[in-house]
Amino acid sequence: MSPLLEVTDLRIAFGRSRREVVHGASFSLEPGERLGLIGESGSGKTVTALAVMGLLAENAYVSGSIRLAGRELVGLRDSELAPLRGDLMSMVFQEPMTALDPTMPVGRQVAEVLLLHQNLGHGVARGRVLEVLAEVGLEDPERVADAYPHALSGGQRQRVVVAMALINRPDLVICDEPTTALDVTVQAKVLNLLDTELEAVGASCLFISHDLAVVSQLCERVLVMLDGDLVEQGTMAQVFNAPNHPYTRGLVATARLDAVAPGERLPTVEDFYERPGRR
Amino acid sequence: MRRAGLWIGVVLVAVVILAALVSLVWTPYDPLQIQPAQTLQPASWRHLLGTDGFGIDILSRLLVGARTTVYVGVVAVSLAALGGVPLGVLAGMRGGWVSEIVLRVSDILYAFPALLLAILLAAAVGASTGTAMVAIGIASIPAFARVARAATLIVMTQDYILAARASGTSRWIVSVRHVLPNIAAVLGVQASVSFGIAILAEAALSYLGLATPPPTPTWGRMLHDAQTYIFTSPIQALWPGLAIALSVLGLNLLGDGLRDHLDPRLREAA
Repeated sequence: MSPLLEVTDLRIAFGRSRREVVHGASFSLEPGERLGLIGESGSGKTVTALAVMGLLAENAYVSGSIRLAGRELVGLRDSELAPLRGDLMSMVFQEPMTALDPTMPVGRQVAEVLLLHQNLGHGVARGRVLEVLAEVGLEDPERVADAYPHALSGGQRQRVVVAMALINRPDLVICDEPTTALDVTVQAKVLNLLDTELEAVGASCLFISHDLAVVSQLCERVLVMLDGDLVEQGTMAQVFNAPNHPYTRGLVATARLDAVAPGERLPTVEDFYERPGRR
Repeated sequence: MRRAGLWIGVVLVAVVILAALVSLVWTPYDPLQIQPAQTLQPASWRHLLGTDGFGIDILSRLLVGARTTVYVGVVAVSLAALGGVPLGVLAGMRGGWVSEIVLRVSDILYAFPALLLAILLAAAVGASTGTAMVAIGIASIPAFARVARAATLIVMTQDYILAARASGTSRWIVSVRHVLPNIAAVLGVQASVSFGIAILAEAALSYLGLATPPPTPTWGRMLHDAQTYIFTSPIQALWPGLAIALSVLGLNLLGDGLRDHLDPRLREAA
């Protein structure tokens, strides 16, 4: 089976000085597979995701290759990419507080994604929206659909965002830290929801996070990104049991705090990996 | 206290609009009929604000003048918004050289006062209500363009714009469905401030005879006519002057009040 998403030697640079922030990343994603992408803030993981979606700012320079279902995306014009977004690939954002337009009832926002890609009557669209809102576990979808974002809780909003991303049954869903802004109990619920919904739709997932523990709940394989380089990739078990890169060893140690004997100092990533050139 | 400002503004503006509406169906006396026997009457029960040098009831003229003022203001502000908002949103969304061009063109327009533009237009096609509206409208475009651009820049950094784009929404639809509704509040504030400026400009232009030609009463012309009697009957100049000052004050209070009311940080403090 050929991979759904194949990224080869992806390089991303910004601005006039063309400062490179992603240095030749290569990875692939099989249909139905879930791939974690781990890294700290500024490591280039979100930029990589935005490059796949074709949503980088205009001062970004992307080179290399991004193939989605055999189709090259790098160099496509925005008008050629827009029909793919929301249909073949979609995205779940980090901040449910800001990812919904405050001036529009959420039902209309979900319907917008549907109507952009499918020729449906408004009545049919409304029915489908209510269906999807119920699917993502929102009680009373009628009321939620007519509510403005500020009237919903963080967990409810993130469910709406998930509904928006999945309504067109995309092949690829990119989740950019979808649970970071939620509190821990809601986090677990949203992860479960993503798990079942991705399964139901049969979508592949590129799951971005800085939390190895969260990624391990959802993904089979994981990539580790550090300062714009992919320093490690492998199955969850490989990375947990036999991490190659010292940075990954640090991540694994900090994700397994239960292994630390009481009274001992908790490990930090710096215990394992001293960043070169750090002041 | 801030609330009080907003409400005073609302009341003053409502009075002006009400006056304009009332003048459409009723005025105490004919605002155009010259009455040589009645000139320069003081205020009385027959003439609440007295009569002017032509013997015409001042209240009647003020009411009809409000109509011109509101008409010119609404059309001029609409023109300015129609011209400035799309430019500003475009500049804010595209950035780069598009933004530079819009900013420089609005700088050039800024340098042209409404007065100069009105003189040019009046010389070319003759003074009329229309030339005043166009001149004031064009002169107000840059303010709208700049405010719309600044507000758009802020909105564009929000995730919901990215989310809409990630759903496949084109730039054009994003601007209409997501950017405009989110900057509408700021534009409303700008509209009320621009309205005040337009009233002042209209009064200045009609005072100079560059706007609505006689005999239609306007506040600016009433001020001009009252000038003749400034030493014998100074109260003549007071009424149109007060009307202009209070309506401009009302619109500015309304604009300030709206801005405070719509700013969530200030709302929390209240």
